[in-house]
Amino acid sequence: MVESDLSIFLLALLAGAIRVGTPFLFVSLGECLTEKGGRINLGLEGILVTGAMTGYAVSYLSGSPWLGVLAAGGAGLCLGLVHGVICSLPRVNDIAFGIALILFGTGLAFFLGKDFIQPSAPMLPSIPLGGWSDDTRVRSALNVNVLFFIGVALALVLHWGLRGTRWGLVLRLVGDHEDSAQALGYRPAGVRIVATGVGGFLAGVGGAYLSLYYPGSWNEGLSSGQGLMAVALVIFARWQPINCLWAALLFGAAGAVGPALQAIGIGWGYYLFNAIPYVLTLAVMVITCRPDRTLSGAPGELSLNR
Amino acid sequence: MSQLKRRDFLKAAGLLGASAALPVNLLRAAGGGDLTVGFLYVGARDDFGYNQSHAEAAAVIKQMPGIKVVEQENVPETVAVQRAMEAMIRQDGASLIFPTSFGYFDPHVLKVARRFSDVRFAHCGGLWEEGKHPMNVGSFFGYIDEAQYLNGVVAGHMSKSAKLGFIAAKPIPQVLRNLNAFTLGARSVNPDITTSVIFTGDWSLPVKEAEAANSLIDSGCDVLTCHVDGPKVLVETAEKRGVMTCGYHASQAALAPEGYLTGAEWNWVTPYKKHVQAAQAGEPMINFLRGGLKEGFVKTSPYGPKVSAEAKKNADAVKAEMMSGDFVIFGGPLKNNGGEIVIPDGTDYKQTAVELERMDYLVEGVRGQI
Repeated sequence: MVESDLSIFLLALLAGAIRVGTPFLFVSLGECLTEKGGRINLGLEGILVTGAMTGYAVSYLSGSPWLGVLAAGGAGLCLGLVHGVICSLPRVNDIAFGIALILFGTGLAFFLGKDFIQPSAPMLPSIPLGGWSDDTRVRSALNVNVLFFIGVALALVLHWGLRGTRWGLVLRLVGDHEDSAQALGYRPAGVRIVATGVGGFLAGVGGAYLSLYYPGSWNEGLSSGQGLMAVALVIFARWQPINCLWAALLFGAAGAVGPALQAIGIGWGYYLFNAIPYVLTLAVMVITCRPDRTLSGAPGELSLNR
Repeated sequence: MSQLKRRDFLKAAGLLGASAALPVNLLRAAGGGDLTVGFLYVGARDDFGYNQSHAEAAAVIKQMPGIKVVEQENVPETVAVQRAMEAMIRQDGASLIFPTSFGYFDPHVLKVARRFSDVRFAHCGGLWEEGKHPMNVGSFFGYIDEAQYLNGVVAGHMSKSAKLGFIAAKPIPQVLRNLNAFTLGARSVNPDITTSVIFTGDWSLPVKEAEAANSLIDSGCDVLTCHVDGPKVLVETAEKRGVMTCGYHASQAALAPEGYLTGAEWNWVTPYKKHVQAAQAGEPMINFLRGGLKEGFVKTSPYGPKVSAEAKKNADAVKAEMMSGDFVIFGGPLKNNGGEIVIPDGTDYKQTAVELERMDYLVEGVRGQI
């Protein structure tokens, strides 16, 4: 009995890491890209919610969930570009505007999303990797959504792209030393606008995962701060896309701990266990952010470090 | 330029101030004798859950003659609800207000009610106490644990694994009462049945609810139900995994055509109508209003296709007893899940007993801790 409880618990952690972690993965990859260019976009939370709403609405209206994902990304791209452009104006603080964008994005999504709370939209498909097992629990845990694999591939591509391509080098140069980039003839503002836009696109896709796969419905309480936690996650991952993947899985598993423990009968302290992802965020911030030194791996132009 | 602006501003402010000072009664007289009723919801009106159950009843009230309805959704349980109520009174001339969320009551409704003594406030879920609370405030609620007991009876018949799952938001008396009633109903069919409970910590946390549903299913539960604001996520997740569900708040049958067994639903039309009629007739405020299946405050969803004839028969028999008013859900001897007696032998708590509104234990058969 004890052994089976343990296996249920571990299975729940594994499944939760993937299920709950996927939106973290997309949002953190987007934020990673943005921050590599030397800007922080706190508004990803708002973009995530807008993406979730747009994805659900388009999937419902068109009947195609993939079109929904694309539309969610498009909505994210637009909001990301807004952030990019406005923060390129002189004396605009990117953090302050990010907070404004959180409020704007969630407000817009709530306003436009009123009519889509009730209907059921077609969902994204998943790949059954557990066909070899007789256990329905294993099969269910290994039902992995396609977006997760896209996310993993993206993490690898970004990891390579930031080191090995001209684009990646330009982005990093802009993020690390604006003056040098300018001296070499690049336009930092333009590069940053593109990076923020693409980051917004990814965050929008992360939102679509929430509304179109897991938990798979649109309502106003859908996001519980995933967009903001992803910002901490990027710092935790030291601005490395591959590390973003591991960090996202870790945060996903942390989110699954509370319910999984209660399901196997460990009922004490569930408020504490439910808070693990947030505690983890705080711990990461406290450990990594000290006023007396710059983080290793942090882009030099990031307003956190200036 | 700036001076001109300032003057305009002062003028506008003066006008605003003057309009605010107009007696409320004068504005209301312009309504032409219609009764304006205001509804406030804590979430979205169409969430397949608690708020929808209220909004559906409000739509019925809207059809009554001589009634004008104003609604506002997504009003948080903060000072925002005081402003929303004040706006309804001052701008729309509302004279009967239904603040439908539990957390509105103290201090928000009480505070506003003291300022507008000629407006009626009918709050859902609170406990009005004479002498302590203003006379123009009333509280109403339904004994939905009766319908949850029936959920349990049906679930007890249908479960093959003898393990049920319950996703709860917070360990407050109303939630525990539902959880305990559900478990007692199931164990009346098969005393070996256990209910695993997962507390998510808040009324609406979709990701956590989905995760909880999956964990419960993985641990072998084959009928799930819940007490959270929007059961949509739970019902859809369970349906995807081929597990049965009992609904809560409103009917979720449309979301799970296969696995939906039955559900505990609110029927707020009954208390709403009582309050509206009292206001129209100018009768005194109904300060304390409670009712269950018998009084028509709650109802059950029609049985789903999976429910066996035996389960229907048993549940219908219990329901008939409840309708006649003889049925006791919480009767002694009753043990909590730690083995201690919580209701001694020979003591029966009728539904109206206030002891039940202070419930702080999990009955025998519940796997979990508060």
